[in-house]
Amino acid sequence: MRKTCLNSVYDLARRDDRVIFIGSDLGVSTLDEFKNNIPERFFMEGISEQHIIGMAAGLAMEGNIPYVNTISVFLTRRCFEQIVLDLCLHNLNVRLIGNGGGLVYAPLGPTHLAVEDIAILRTIPNMTILAPADAKEIARLMELTIEHDGPVYIRLAKGGDHIVTPDDQEYKIGKSIRVREGKDILIITTGVTLQISLDAARSLASKGVEAGILHIHTIKPLDTKAIIERLAEVPALITVEEGTVIGGLGSSVAEIVAEADFGQPKKFKRIGVPDTFSDNFGSQKELMEGFGITAANVAQTALELIDVKSG
Amino acid sequence: MNGKNNSGLDERSLGLRRMIVKTLGSAGRGHLGPAFSIVEIITVLYDKVMKFKPGAPEWNGRDRFILSKGHGCAALYVMLADKGFFSCSELERFCKYDGLLGGHPEFNIPGVEASTGSLGHGLSIGIGMALNARLRRMDYNVYVLLGDGECGEGSIWEGAMSASKHGLENLVAIVDYNKSQAYGSTSEVLDLEPFADKWRGFGFGVVEVDGHDVGGLLSAFKNAPARKGKPTAVICHTVKGKGAPFTENNMEWHHKNKISDQDIDLLLKALEA
Repeated sequence: MRKTCLNSVYDLARRDDRVIFIGSDLGVSTLDEFKNNIPERFFMEGISEQHIIGMAAGLAMEGNIPYVNTISVFLTRRCFEQIVLDLCLHNLNVRLIGNGGGLVYAPLGPTHLAVEDIAILRTIPNMTILAPADAKEIARLMELTIEHDGPVYIRLAKGGDHIVTPDDQEYKIGKSIRVREGKDILIITTGVTLQISLDAARSLASKGVEAGILHIHTIKPLDTKAIIERLAEVPALITVEEGTVIGGLGSSVAEIVAEADFGQPKKFKRIGVPDTFSDNFGSQKELMEGFGITAANVAQTALELIDVKSG
Repeated sequence: MNGKNNSGLDERSLGLRRMIVKTLGSAGRGHLGPAFSIVEIITVLYDKVMKFKPGAPEWNGRDRFILSKGHGCAALYVMLADKGFFSCSELERFCKYDGLLGGHPEFNIPGVEASTGSLGHGLSIGIGMALNARLRRMDYNVYVLLGDGECGEGSIWEGAMSASKHGLENLVAIVDYNKSQAYGSTSEVLDLEPFADKWRGFGFGVVEVDGHDVGGLLSAFKNAPARKGKPTAVICHTVKGKGAPFTENNMEWHHKNKISDQDIDLLLKALEA
């Protein structure tokens, strides 16, 4: 996914001379082709993230469209104030590409786990947050970022994820994707947990439970209308995300559900990273299993919510 | 209290300070000391150095000025009003609910490039603008006015390394070195010395001037870049609260949220030529 994303930046830069790339201290030979062919618009600025956001802001104030890339946590945690003031207050066309969204850097420990990126960025006016599920989707969304007005955070997953996003739907920033229809329960998901949700839905189908899936590639602005429309059709819902359940997708949906008037209350569970730091390492998959962000747990939770005996 | 000891300041400097006093007086609050210490720096830039068009504040060929020490905004506001970027009547609505001018500069004010107030942001924004001039082959300069206390922020030195790496001749970092910050002297709170050596060490051409000497400032700005192929740092030795004897180096005047009518009268009297 990351490779596709950075290649997209290069493609955009070749077509549009407003596009600038700024990295911090990325792996050797990252975007060499960009650097060799458009050196004047390629910057590798070192481990100075706060400065990089300000510099990107200055470039954007002059009409450029900087794409800034580094590890998610250093962009979002360290630079929160620069993002709020330099980018969002001025509503600038800067794109932040965060590597390792969620639990990707599991073996590197909690300093590198981007679990609250969505939650904190969601509070900022003018911010747009994208969390694609696979390489095909990031390619589609990157095309849309060039003409988008205002700052955008693009949360990248590990890469090599199965292609699960459908080809037959319109991809628009702020528009959710109806991946699967189902009348018994709705699973709302973002990023790579779409894969998990699909596996869960298949498992549920084998038990006679029809689970719908709404994939949210844009967490902000959230497709509130579609969420309400879909929820009106089901008695229960589960949100699944690779991030904290406090303030993330689950919270966003909870806010909608709490304020909507469905007549009957919805049964609802959030699945994601709980309110704790991880003290485990291992792999992304292992951490997700540890937190219950698995197809098995989504399916089991669904069965409990709609009161169907499992097994 | 002798309110008439304002030796060394010409009528232009005194007049702008009187406008600052009236501006802060209309809100009964504000950062007076930090504004008084930069009046000459801003005056020289706007009267004699920078290119700009008040009727077209976003004119592409303008020189860019960023007041990174945003709390000194009253000095900038009176200059922008004086030049006609907006009406002088806006000064009377300083910090009012629906006023144009708040306690820190906002980018929607004509003539203000960037919203500042949280310290440590302006230099990097200025670097982005300076890089754009190179990229787009434009000949504007970028002036960023920093506070001395602000130079405690790590982001300033991240920016300094970057400006040097890129050899930004069109960037001038100006430091208001009044040796005071909110709690006390910079030497006690977080010592900056050897300050000029720090900027040199970070790759800047460095000039030190009396920040209230109009001629010295003009020469420093006109001769930038101080060193070929390098960004320039103009370290301005200033007096916080410069202009009235009872505000000079008086920490009580860093920020006041209750400026009385009597204070205003005393200040205006002290600022008479």
